[in-house]
Amino acid sequence: MQNKIEIKNLNFFYNEKQVIRNFNLNIPANKILSVFGPAGSGVTTLLRSLNRLCDLSPEARSEGEILLDGKDIRSPDINVTELRRRVGIVFDVPTPLPMSIFDNIAYGPRLKRKKKDGKISETVELALRQAALWDEVKDRLTVPAMSLSGGQQQRLCVARVLALKPEVILLDRPCSGLDPISTAKIEDSLTELKKQFTIIISPHNTQQAGRISDRVAFMLMGELIEESTNVEVFKNPKDQRTSDYITGRFG
Amino acid sequence: MKRRIKPQTAEKIAKGAIWTIALMVIGILIAIIVYILYKGLPVINWSFLTEAPRRMGKEGGISSSIIITLSVTALAVLIAMPFGIGTAFYLAEYTRDNIITRIIRFSAESLAGIPSIVYGLFGYIFFLEILGLGWSVLSGGLTLAIMILPTIIRTSEEAILAVSKTYREVSFSLGGTKWQTIRKAVFPSAVRGITNGIILSVGRSVAETAAVILTVGSDLKMRTMAIHFYQLVMEGISMENAYGTAAILIILIFFINVVANMLIDRFIAKGR
Repeated sequence: MQNKIEIKNLNFFYNEKQVIRNFNLNIPANKILSVFGPAGSGVTTLLRSLNRLCDLSPEARSEGEILLDGKDIRSPDINVTELRRRVGIVFDVPTPLPMSIFDNIAYGPRLKRKKKDGKISETVELALRQAALWDEVKDRLTVPAMSLSGGQQQRLCVARVLALKPEVILLDRPCSGLDPISTAKIEDSLTELKKQFTIIISPHNTQQAGRISDRVAFMLMGELIEESTNVEVFKNPKDQRTSDYITGRFG
Repeated sequence: MKRRIKPQTAEKIAKGAIWTIALMVIGILIAIIVYILYKGLPVINWSFLTEAPRRMGKEGGISSSIIITLSVTALAVLIAMPFGIGTAFYLAEYTRDNIITRIIRFSAESLAGIPSIVYGLFGYIFFLEILGLGWSVLSGGLTLAIMILPTIIRTSEEAILAVSKTYREVSFSLGGTKWQTIRKAVFPSAVRGITNGIILSVGRSVAETAAVILTVGSDLKMRTMAIHFYQLVMEGISMENAYGTAAILIILIFFINVVANMLIDRFIAKGR
């Protein structure tokens, strides 16, 4: 099993507050990894440090290594905009930009370089198909993305990331505001997508983690408590805290 | 504690009071506009628009004043716009709160509150006396540009800061650089607020008298509409032509407002 990402001794601070502690984790390629834990465990920070979106906060500071294909993404010679294309992120609430459906998906590809519009429309169609949204929007690509329903908007955000042709997809509680049907659609497309991408998801509950993940990591107070296969963590948790959390004793 | 007024009654009183205030204000504004148009429109005809003024403005039209007004205003806005919007983006996007931004903000605020005649005096001394530009559209345009700069900076900065932080984050997360993010995600959402500031500035430039009289002058063939209007009234030359001029001023500002908003809807803010 090949590792796409290796995190070594990661410590992360906002000002003086430490949100991630001595974190070590190997993330295998072409698998779905669920990272979960109660609110404030540092899951969002972890995901956001994988494409250095955390850099946008001036008070953020980190130590350690995050290797993507063996190269540290925190080293000074890394091109951050290029890194963010390789490691795309879907946020916890749908975040369509105030423009048409087509322009939303084409936003990333157009930033890269001027392509002929014919080529871009192929990219847009493929991304929308992969995110299982194409059939619902193919006749109204020019309407504002804000007019879609919440579930459609979130699949639009997935498609927007796919249009970047990334290697890794981060999803930060992508279904937290969605109904069960929209959630199922997103989960279905993720299972399909892991053939091509490495997927790291922060599920909105443990059931979702159980349904879709290959591997599961449990975080608490910024520390990794345990990481193993899906079955292993849910059936035979090694740590008492993990078992307390998944059986609902706290959380 | 015992309530003295029932909540429903309080609600009705509040609603009634707010409605009364709003209707009064709107009523007064509309009354002024209607009165000026009522007095001014009968004077306006083709020759009033196309002929130069004669006999101190008692006869003839105001064609020269219209042209001077438009050129002074256009010059002022074209100069102030890039500097103002640029400064606003610098303040909102490129710096954190520090001593330099505080100085810029404080200056802009103070400058916005200075009476326009002080700008006129500055323009007179600097552009006419020191640079020797003479009474001219150029002197007036430059002076007005300085006068409206603070307004453009403040309104643009507010419009930029009002753009959702999410849009910036999304743009960065899709591999956008800072400049791409500003250009493609922030600017289109801020453009309406920025335009409002510019329209406000256009209005101030078109209506300005004190700063313009000291820099463009008040020669009959070389004065803006506002100054023409001022002279017609103050010298008791022709109230009718004064109202005609005022009516055209109002129509002009209205027209600029509508056209600017149409252009934005059509080209920049589509889908927003």
